[in-house]
Amino acid sequence: MKKMGFVLASTASLLMAGAAYATDVKIGVLNDRSGIYADIAGEGSVIAAQMAVEDFKATDKGINVSIVSADHQNKPDVGSNIARQWYDTENVDVIADVPTSSVALAVNEITKEKNKIFLASGPASSDLTGKACSPNTVHWTYDTWALANGTGSAMVAQGGDSWFFVTADYAFGHALERDTSAVVEASGGKVLGAVRHPFPGQDFSSFLLQAQGSGAKVVGLANAGGDTINAVKQASEFGITQGGQALAALLMFINDVHALGLEVAQGLVLTGAFYWDKDDQTREFSARFQERNAGQKPSMIEAGVYASVLHYLKAVEAVGDKDAAKVMAKMKEMPTEDPLFGKGTIRADGRKLHDMYLFRVKKPDQSKAPWDYFETVATIPADKAFRPLAEGGCSLVK
Amino acid sequence: MFELLGIPPQVLFGQLLLGLINGSFYAVLSLGLAVIFGLLNIINFTHGAQYMLGAFGAWMLLNYLGVGYWWAVFIVPPIVGVTGIVLERVLIRRLYHLDHLYGLLLTFGLALIIVGFFRQFFGVSGLPYRPPPLLNGGYNLGFMYLPNSRAWVIVASLIVCLATWFIIEKTRLGAYLRAATENPTMVGAFGINVPLLVTLTYGFGVALAGFAGVLAAPIYAVNPNMGADLIIVVFAVVVIGGMGSILGSILTGFGLGLIEGLTRVFYPEGSAVVIFVIMALVLLVKPAGLFGRSV
Repeated sequence: MKKMGFVLASTASLLMAGAAYATDVKIGVLNDRSGIYADIAGEGSVIAAQMAVEDFKATDKGINVSIVSADHQNKPDVGSNIARQWYDTENVDVIADVPTSSVALAVNEITKEKNKIFLASGPASSDLTGKACSPNTVHWTYDTWALANGTGSAMVAQGGDSWFFVTADYAFGHALERDTSAVVEASGGKVLGAVRHPFPGQDFSSFLLQAQGSGAKVVGLANAGGDTINAVKQASEFGITQGGQALAALLMFINDVHALGLEVAQGLVLTGAFYWDKDDQTREFSARFQERNAGQKPSMIEAGVYASVLHYLKAVEAVGDKDAAKVMAKMKEMPTEDPLFGKGTIRADGRKLHDMYLFRVKKPDQSKAPWDYFETVATIPADKAFRPLAEGGCSLVK
Repeated sequence: MFELLGIPPQVLFGQLLLGLINGSFYAVLSLGLAVIFGLLNIINFTHGAQYMLGAFGAWMLLNYLGVGYWWAVFIVPPIVGVTGIVLERVLIRRLYHLDHLYGLLLTFGLALIIVGFFRQFFGVSGLPYRPPPLLNGGYNLGFMYLPNSRAWVIVASLIVCLATWFIIEKTRLGAYLRAATENPTMVGAFGINVPLLVTLTYGFGVALAGFAGVLAAPIYAVNPNMGADLIIVVFAVVVIGGMGSILGSILTGFGLGLIEGLTRVFYPEGSAVVIFVIMALVLLVKPAGLFGRSV
């Protein structure tokens, strides 16, 4: 009887301990699942988040994670509605990914208002850690400043000192054009003009002709995904590079190169945060990912979703709670470490710091296997890769 | 050297020519829609998906069977047309006696299913299509560099548009078609197989969409959404030209391509909406469209 009482008591205490330590976390992966950014994020980002939860062994650590996902269709109004609904009625704690800067800026505001957490991997606008910065947002993978700094400086260093921009007409394109112009001018180059194309676009011939007519040495494509694919394809058709102008795809993903084919994409210089073939760890992850994602290697956005969710779960485990303020403080205090981006830190303005890379797209005869597309031209160290803390104009930085 | 509103004439000529080339796509696509609407009274929302099928058809022939572009120009449109005939026989014909709205909903739903199917298998980024050697390179016209691929688009679509116009307006078959549009019962009474005529017309309209898709394959990214982006504009073209008007849709297609091209020079941000602004204005002044007959 005594023994029985002991067993009961210890079971009860175990159960109570379980109740005290089990944290239920709900992660919402919000991105484009059907439009021009669906291949660089989309279902792949959901898979990446799931893999982060599995690799972290969240359940063993007393964290019950559920993942939901939705399609924001690249529309800020649609994205805002989903974010509000998730936070208000579906108890979502974290929104991850959110490519398309205009949608991300809206989600950034809502997340701050509701005091939740936003792990931004997909969006590019550097305003997320600049004038729109928020104590509730971590901007993980890349931003327009880093892209401009990488590709812009490299092109100017190669002699491309006059630029003409073909820019997607929304928050992201504007930010990328602005940040790249600043880099070009700071390096002694000139910006001769820009044309803003409707987003998303299909026919870029008119804009490319204007770029050709400008006589600029570099045609900077400040767009992404399907827009970049179409623009690069048509630039090759109109003989932009044969005419002596260089093409700078300021934001280009491995999936875009896959869609273009090396024949058309070869020689393009681009800035990125992640490449699947970097080392054994990235190759191991990418092989597992590819199996689950219809044969596609991870884009840097999907890699960023994996790494940011992993870091978030570590912070929840360390805090033992999912309170947004405490978890954010922990995320910024703990150094980050994951197999895809290596070691890094998160700055006060929410900017995640890691090395960035300057890649060049291989020639068809250099490519040994499918997805063997990039050679690394330079590594931009973490402390040089992103905008200095003081220059962003973020109100969190005193 | 004269300038027009600060734009040098070379730039202007270049943009006008590009406008005409884009107009060729609008013309071929809106022609197909006009033919289908004229005879079937169906607003064929599947048209964008069928255009996409044309581009994918060319890609599949090249990548699975090694059949090149020039064969695809002749092989793919009939194949896409046959898929249209199957749809017409199995589904669309059941709706002829109902309101336009039912046909619109059915074809819209079919478009979503077809596009979703391709998205599942091929993703959205698209597939590389290697143009044939003849379409590589181009000519320097002095005011612009004209790629062969674009020159071919304008020539091919002009031929197809004119041939279609000729068949419908000037031949006996066309006369049957036009008569069947006016009064199917009467034409049937003369021993003409009207249902067969209707089916073949739908197949022909769809084949035109497939043809435009093949033309697009070397130029645009071959991806499942390529038609959805274009079809809304093409519907606006059809509305402006007048629903069911053959010549109207051809002329409006080229004309709106020109206007859109000019907008891209003077106010590029507005180039996505200019066609819809014109549509609104035309509907206010001439509700039946520029070339349509008011009923």
